[in-house]
Amino acid sequence: MLTLAHFLTLGALLFSIGVAGIFLNRKNIIILLMSIELMLLAVNMNFVAFSRFLDNLDGQVFVFFILTVAAAEAAIGLAILVVLFRNRNTINVEDIEELKG
Amino acid sequence: MPIIEIVFYLFSAVATLAALGVITSRNPVYSVLFLVLAFFTSACIWLLLGAEFLAITMVLVYVGAVMVLFLFVVMMLDINLETLKAGFASYLPLGVLIALAMAAQLFILIWVRGLNSELLAAAPLVEGSNTRALGEWLFTRYIYPFEIAGFILLVAIVAAIMLTHRRRPGTRHQNPSQQAQIRREERVRMVSMNAEKD
Repeated sequence: MLTLAHFLTLGALLFSIGVAGIFLNRKNIIILLMSIELMLLAVNMNFVAFSRFLDNLDGQVFVFFILTVAAAEAAIGLAILVVLFRNRNTINVEDIEELKG
Repeated sequence: MPIIEIVFYLFSAVATLAALGVITSRNPVYSVLFLVLAFFTSACIWLLLGAEFLAITMVLVYVGAVMVLFLFVVMMLDINLETLKAGFASYLPLGVLIALAMAAQLFILIWVRGLNSELLAAAPLVEGSNTRALGEWLFTRYIYPFEIAGFILLVAIVAAIMLTHRRRPGTRHQNPSQQAQIRREERVRMVSMNAEKD
């Protein structure tokens, strides 16, 4: 039978893949943004699973807000990326070192 | 094995493989397409969990808008793939190690806590429409967060347009305030002339 643990395991798997993506693609900002989207997807999966198994709609409402904020984040992130590429002609993270971070 | 488990394992496998494809594929366009597949299969799993509205929203908003935006940007930027992929092999051991350690910790936490004793109930979460129930919650108990979410989207629109907007020199454009301030004397010239006969 399907249990809560099955869905949480899928969420954990997706989250770990997202973390691995941030480590593997340290130079490409677009893939970094996509890895963050993957991690948000994993969190949303957990919220929906808990909402179903705890018999409570709050989890789904929170997924709704996470989707909103993630869409805003993606829009602003990509806008910054476009401006960066227009000015520096690169999206390599290692070429962006003015702030010495 | 009941059909619902077969569906769950099938979609989980596709979602996991698609997620692996996102982080390993050489071309960012393929990464975006793999991410679309991952979102789509996740939406199917949410349907399995009875969250119909969120599943449809996921497909419409995420696959339909956000991923298309990603695809636009990826295809618009002329990026050099070789330099961006250069350190991939050297980062591989550390990344895989950390991801495996994290996944192992999460799995231990999930399976030791005994969360696998809770079975998926046969009855859905809400009677009737999931969309109706979610809407009632959003517009009553969560009305202020809902308004703030709308405001966040507005701020995102303004920020994205302000960041990417640029005025090129030499382009022709209208000045609405100048147009509104025009007076009759500047446009119309009265000419007095004699009436003419054939």
